[in-house]
Amino acid sequence: MLLMRSILARLVATCVTLFGAAVIVFFVIRVVPGNPIAMMLPPGATEDDIARLQALYGLDKSIFEQFVIWLGGVVQGDFGTSISLRQPVLDLVLGRLPATLELSIMALVIAVIIGGAMALTGTLRRETRTEAAIDVTGGMALSVPDFLWGLVLILLFGVLWPVFHISGRVSPSLDFDFATQFYLFESVLRLRFDVWADLVSHMFMPALALAIPLAAIIAQLLKQSLKETMHLDYVTLARTKGYPEASVITREALPNAVLPTLTLIGVQFTFLIGGTVIIERLFSYEGLGNMAIDAVINRDLPLIQGIVILFALIFTVVNLVVDMTYAALNPRLRHA
Amino acid sequence: MKLSRRTLLKASAATAAFATAGLPAFAQDIDELVIAYNVNLPSWDPTVGPSAVNPTIQGLYQSVFDMYIHQNPDLSFDDSGLITDWGWNEDNTQVWMDVREGVTWHNGDPFTAEDVAWSLERAGNPETGNPIQFVWGKIENITAEGNRVTADVKEFEPTLFKWMSFLTGYVLPKKYYEEVGPDGFEAAPIGTGPYMVDRFERNAFVRLKANENYWKGAPEFKTVTIKFVTDAASRVAEIESGNSHVTLEVPYEEFDRLKERDGLAGVAHPISDIGMIFINDIDVMTDPNVRKAMAHAIDKQTIIDRLLSGYGVAIDTMQTPEYAAYNPDISVPYDPEKSKELLAASGYGPDNPVRFTIQTTRGFKPKDYEIIQAIVGLWRRVGIEAEIEVYEIAKHFELRAADDLAPAAFYNWGNAVGDPTTSTGFAIFGPSPHSVWDGQEMIDMILPLWGEADEEKRIAGWKAVDAKIAEDALVIPLMQYQQPILHATGVKVTPHSSGALLPYLMTRA
Repeated sequence: MLLMRSILARLVATCVTLFGAAVIVFFVIRVVPGNPIAMMLPPGATEDDIARLQALYGLDKSIFEQFVIWLGGVVQGDFGTSISLRQPVLDLVLGRLPATLELSIMALVIAVIIGGAMALTGTLRRETRTEAAIDVTGGMALSVPDFLWGLVLILLFGVLWPVFHISGRVSPSLDFDFATQFYLFESVLRLRFDVWADLVSHMFMPALALAIPLAAIIAQLLKQSLKETMHLDYVTLARTKGYPEASVITREALPNAVLPTLTLIGVQFTFLIGGTVIIERLFSYEGLGNMAIDAVINRDLPLIQGIVILFALIFTVVNLVVDMTYAALNPRLRHA
Repeated sequence: MKLSRRTLLKASAATAAFATAGLPAFAQDIDELVIAYNVNLPSWDPTVGPSAVNPTIQGLYQSVFDMYIHQNPDLSFDDSGLITDWGWNEDNTQVWMDVREGVTWHNGDPFTAEDVAWSLERAGNPETGNPIQFVWGKIENITAEGNRVTADVKEFEPTLFKWMSFLTGYVLPKKYYEEVGPDGFEAAPIGTGPYMVDRFERNAFVRLKANENYWKGAPEFKTVTIKFVTDAASRVAEIESGNSHVTLEVPYEEFDRLKERDGLAGVAHPISDIGMIFINDIDVMTDPNVRKAMAHAIDKQTIIDRLLSGYGVAIDTMQTPEYAAYNPDISVPYDPEKSKELLAASGYGPDNPVRFTIQTTRGFKPKDYEIIQAIVGLWRRVGIEAEIEVYEIAKHFELRAADDLAPAAFYNWGNAVGDPTTSTGFAIFGPSPHSVWDGQEMIDMILPLWGEADEEKRIAGWKAVDAKIAEDALVIPLMQYQQPILHATGVKVTPHSSGALLPYLMTRA
């Protein structure tokens, strides 16, 4: 009952957050410079032409009227029509979301593997040169932004040693009709590992670029938590029982030490999705982030609104899931 | 989990594929031409929406659709398009067009005069959202009879036929479009052009298959993949790694570096795009001495040599040498001493500089901000203190449409149709939403030229306008841009002065 009430409260809070995001994005993008009509004016446009275009895209009404019309549509699932792509916004953003989610999840998996391995190795070899090397590597990984890692990876694995694709999500020559937008998952489900390999070969570099800074954060926090846990009595007891050090770390210390890292991963995942905007552009990856940049350049107001609302929804849902996962894993919260 | 033999074989194949998937297709034997393009293709309808007026996208459209009238790479027109002959009646109240016979659409339907009439009708209908409706709407009662299309003229537009090879000047399939509707056409577009759309992944790539029945002859490359690689660094990596055979619009430094590499070559060709400084007739810009001093203080050639690695053509008029009204006699020489004299006449000098703001984009055009920095440095030497304000291109459009640009503003201007109305006309004619110069003298000079039926007289009139603009420094043209194209040595690329990169014009070297 308590859990249900908590979930209900979070859902209400989510709706309020989304409404706030809708209000902010709607009014802010109309205040910033740049008028979509001015950008598409032909050379000989007259005042009548301008008025006609404004009416065509519903921009001839007051901002408040536009907001009411837009919000009324959103409530019914109609996010409007993209000015630049001339298609329903909802179809466009939902069509792109799977690509961004797959990239983000792959980046998260890579970050957890690399960060976890660094933390475990650093704890196992604590106060040695290995730990120092891991700390230095982590510092470097964290101090370089993801898009610069992207450029470095392109240079290394796209140009000097060309083993991965530089741009796109799938090879144009690949003869495969996808039934869904979740290409990676679909290729596995349909046991088309050649397609899977092609997709991974496109996604690996952008995912790694996104993962490197997050891996460093995970490594830093998890190692610190592990170190603190290693001094607790039950760990000392396990050690005095003669368990190997690696076993003490992974079986005894890790389950407790991992909780703060889980929370962090949840929070960082939302930032990671935000980071896809630049990375997708750099790798010409056909996700939501790439579309967001085009939408901003073209001042495609309905599309910007749709993308921001979707990002806000993802952020709130991810945070909700993280909180519930944390509560489920932490006995103190579970029984509170 | 059971591991069947089939699954194991698939996994092995996947491992092998993974090991080779990233390997680039180097240029030696090009079966499938891969082009890393610098823009996305937002929509397949070339006649509506913002993409219809984006000059760079026209190269993609022209691969699938044919234009009413054919334009050659040097911007000249000929009768080798879908319309083979055209003209006006004696009193310019009617137009006629003869339509080519023996052409088929990609789905096998015959191309007819009905298609042309319907396309023109649709383009002129304000409801369709054609951004060039202001031109197409000047004819009405369009009818097709046999292979001839005729229309009544509502308002004489001397450039009507030139626009038939420019923005939105594409013939679309009447029967097919009416069958499938706008959404169906967007999903499966067909044209009469050299290539057919085989596969389109929005924001990623389009794969084109050669139209073997193309009426001008099948294109040499049977499959062309155009990747949308909007980031310049990624385009450089694409061509350098061999993942793409052709790319364009890379930084000039990279162009110079890569064109010397084995297996790669480069061509830089002047295109119909100029860099210029708009002058808004406000504040100190109402003083002709200040404007003229600004113009004479700019060493255009040095700026081109130093900042654009020499890839540009210095110009003193908004007409480039390829345009119909180009006048080589117009000259505004670099003369800093003259600038000082002009400023002194208005009471300005290095100790008492004239001050104003100049707006510019940063990264929108090659070295745009750096060029303005250099110009501001040159101006400072003669007694002009300009403060640079950087803005986004979207803001430029908004300010320009509202006539709120700063006293000076850097921008580029394309004119692939090559007619003076589309460059000088709209840029300096006060009532145009693109002009921030509102001077009555210009309005009086230009107004009669819009409807001038005598072509010689019309072009002479525009040349006079350009001469007056240069004399009074009403805008400051800087340079004609050159488009850098990098390509594998196995491909021969023919550049087009409009800036459209056309796969149809590419052949094996």
